Amino acid sequence: MTLLRLTDMTVLRQSCPVVDKASLKIGPGEVIGLIGPNGAGKTTLLRAALGLLPCQGHASLAEMPVAARARHAAWMPQAREIAWPVTVETLVMLGRVPHLAGGAKPSDADRAAVAGAIAAMGLAGFEMRRATELSGGEQARVLIARVLAQDAPLILADEPVAGLDPGHQITTMEVFARTAANGKSVLVSLHDLGLAARYCTRLILLHQGRVVADDRPDAVLTPENLADVFGISAHMERTAQGVIFQPLSVLS
Amino acid sequence: MKLFAVLSALVLVLFAASLLIGPAGFGAGDSLRALFGGQGEAVTLVMREIRLPRALLAVMVGVSLGLSGAALQGYLRNPLAEPGLIGVSGSAALGAVIALQTGMAAAFALALPLAALSGALIAVFLILALAGPRGGSLTLILAGIAISALAGALTSLTLNLSPNPFAVSEIVFWMMGSLADRSFSHVWLALPFMAVGWFLLLRLGRGLDALTLGEDAAAALGIRLDRLRLTMVLGVASSVGAATAVAGAIGFVGLVVPHLLRPFVGARPGALLWASALGGAAMVLTADIAVRLVLPDRDLQLGVLMAIVGAPLFLHLIYKTRRQL
Amino acid sequence: MIAAAGLWLAAASGHADTVPQRVVSMNLCTDQLAMMLAGPGQLISVSDLAADPDTSPMYEAARAYPANHGGAEEIYLLRPDLVVAGTFSDPTVVAMLRRLGIRVEQLGLVQSLDQVPDRIAQMGTILGREEQADAEIAAFRDDLATLSAPPDGPRAAFYYPNGYTLGTGTLSHDILTTAGYRHIAGELGRSTSGRLALELLVLADPEVVITSSPYPAASRSEALMDHPAFAAVTGARGAFLSSNDWICGTPLVLNALRDLVAARE
Repeated sequence: MTLLRLTDMTVLRQSCPVVDKASLKIGPGEVIGLIGPNGAGKTTLLRAALGLLPCQGHASLAEMPVAARARHAAWMPQAREIAWPVTVETLVMLGRVPHLAGGAKPSDADRAAVAGAIAAMGLAGFEMRRATELSGGEQARVLIARVLAQDAPLILADEPVAGLDPGHQITTMEVFARTAANGKSVLVSLHDLGLAARYCTRLILLHQGRVVADDRPDAVLTPENLADVFGISAHMERTAQGVIFQPLSVLS
Repeated sequence: MKLFAVLSALVLVLFAASLLIGPAGFGAGDSLRALFGGQGEAVTLVMREIRLPRALLAVMVGVSLGLSGAALQGYLRNPLAEPGLIGVSGSAALGAVIALQTGMAAAFALALPLAALSGALIAVFLILALAGPRGGSLTLILAGIAISALAGALTSLTLNLSPNPFAVSEIVFWMMGSLADRSFSHVWLALPFMAVGWFLLLRLGRGLDALTLGEDAAAALGIRLDRLRLTMVLGVASSVGAATAVAGAIGFVGLVVPHLLRPFVGARPGALLWASALGGAAMVLTADIAVRLVLPDRDLQLGVLMAIVGAPLFLHLIYKTRRQL
Repeated sequence: MIAAAGLWLAAASGHADTVPQRVVSMNLCTDQLAMMLAGPGQLISVSDLAADPDTSPMYEAARAYPANHGGAEEIYLLRPDLVVAGTFSDPTVVAMLRRLGIRVEQLGLVQSLDQVPDRIAQMGTILGREEQADAEIAAFRDDLATLSAPPDGPRAAFYYPNGYTLGTGTLSHDILTTAGYRHIAGELGRSTSGRLALELLVLADPEVVITSSPYPAASRSEALMDHPAFAAVTGARGAFLSSNDWICGTPLVLNALRDLVAARE
């Protein structure tokens, strides 16, 4: 069952292609890292895939009716907006909006999903705290919990772990991995290639709007790709504790 | 739920008080007997034709302004937004004045609220164009100042050009608002438009809650943003337009009420909608009662009391949020 | 006694020997008195209000005279030797005219019917037309006697736009009571004019309400006259409309009296 299909998707700004004929397919059980340098078009690709931007070509989510799409895919934007000083529980409960009809009150199932998401992100005890009074890292975790509570088969997240401390970065990626193990899929854009290499089952490398590689991490993070796309050299090693990846130097 | 009960009780008490206060000093018992059972004596006339419509209008105007303020703040994600400050009330007043002075309102009664609605609509669209949800507080307030100034100047000009010598000095009523000497004809004129506005605005709850996460996240949660915007615009224009058409531009209600009640609803924009509706009714009723107690012989404008309460709060809000401006 | 007052005024002004030849009037009420009493060619300008049918019963006669708008510069350029104004005319204009060396006589507001002859005599003296003034006064007194009625008529109230009502110390009150009506201002103890709440009008329940006819275009002040409670008070007969004869203390107030007396039947 395909959770997301993009076919020759192109996004134009004025006449310049920010995303150029991107094609990819996502099935269940995958953790996919979307990587690329700044300005490669990662955010644009994600937003266009969701139908938040007009695009040419096909994006399966964009062609779904809005309500169905909300139940099928959960989106965590890069800008971590929290407009009002609501409680953590209220914020996470917003993830249940696609499941709540008209003026319905949250059911036990909704409350259970929220509680599960809060526990998964290590926020037990934070329920009544005001989200705007938390630290940046805590707010990021709350927003991720919202995405988890939405209980959608596909999660798309733009830089979800940026700004988190190493422990919480690892915890979040492990949550994504567990989510994938339960049959869902996660598409995250990441700057940290080390995390991407360790936790993603597949990497999609974007360069100037084009998908230049779509494969297992060791097949994507080749020295040639690193040099061409990122302009760096790196050390990659498979150890007993998993893949270790460390950028080393900038190539001239 | 407790908040709902408290606010409802408050509105009922103030409504009753409004019925019992006036220059004609008859007692509570006589008033109520005349209101319900009277046949045509002077006291009945006063109660049914003067005090009852006034109290009803106070509730209707208060609900409209409170609800619109909460809706605007929720949509723009800015606690400084309210129909008076951003020029919506002023533009509605301009529409109303044009309808009255050109004789359209005399020819066709609904022309008055429709013209006010149109004025309000233009202002909301202008505000969205100039300082939409991604615009910051500074842009919002500046746009509001510009629109208010323009609307006020054009209203003043229209009144000055009037062949009616009384109209010229009525700019004060239009700018500050008053509920004095209104009748049931005003109630029936405004009610349909306000009812439509309330219906539209109360449906925004879910969407405004989702907007807490920003537009992208809300859209991905299944909220139709274009539909939300249109519903908000029409709802605000309709309710504020009708309120301004019959009572003049009354400011600050949409600013003060949501601000005061936000802590009691956990800052949730959806819950704040109905809380502000009731709170707005309470605030306007209170002010209208105060106007009759403080200076009973003069026609003290409602807006004066609103500004005395609201402007210091506005200053306080600016001070508190100045770092984000 | 009136002659003595007139002589005193003349002596006080110090110009008793010269009859003014170029008189400008800048007040609605002095306009009318001047038009009634002035000699041919003596009055060279009246205020623009005099030609307005809504406020001036002598609007047709006023068209014969050039209008002024009460401005000092405008009036100065007419080279008057006398300007007549009211005591409430713009004080800056009056002061300016006097500074420019023009004689300005100010006549007070008429607040009762017995002040009308005084004002006529005053104008007569100022214009040097005492004979004509005496004739007018005599005619006025005769007509007034026939129109006065005993105070057993209907209870009446004045209710103008903005809820403005008149007190017992006003000319209109005197006209009303002379025609035999009873004015509720007396019951309410209101000697001065001011705003009366609609509620209080309803409670007072007068049989007759006197109001003005509305101006073109709309105003909130006049919307009060459309209020259902007001309609209930005025009843099926509607309100009595006060005409332009009521405004100034001239012999024309007798028309107002006639209208009121006719309405009683």
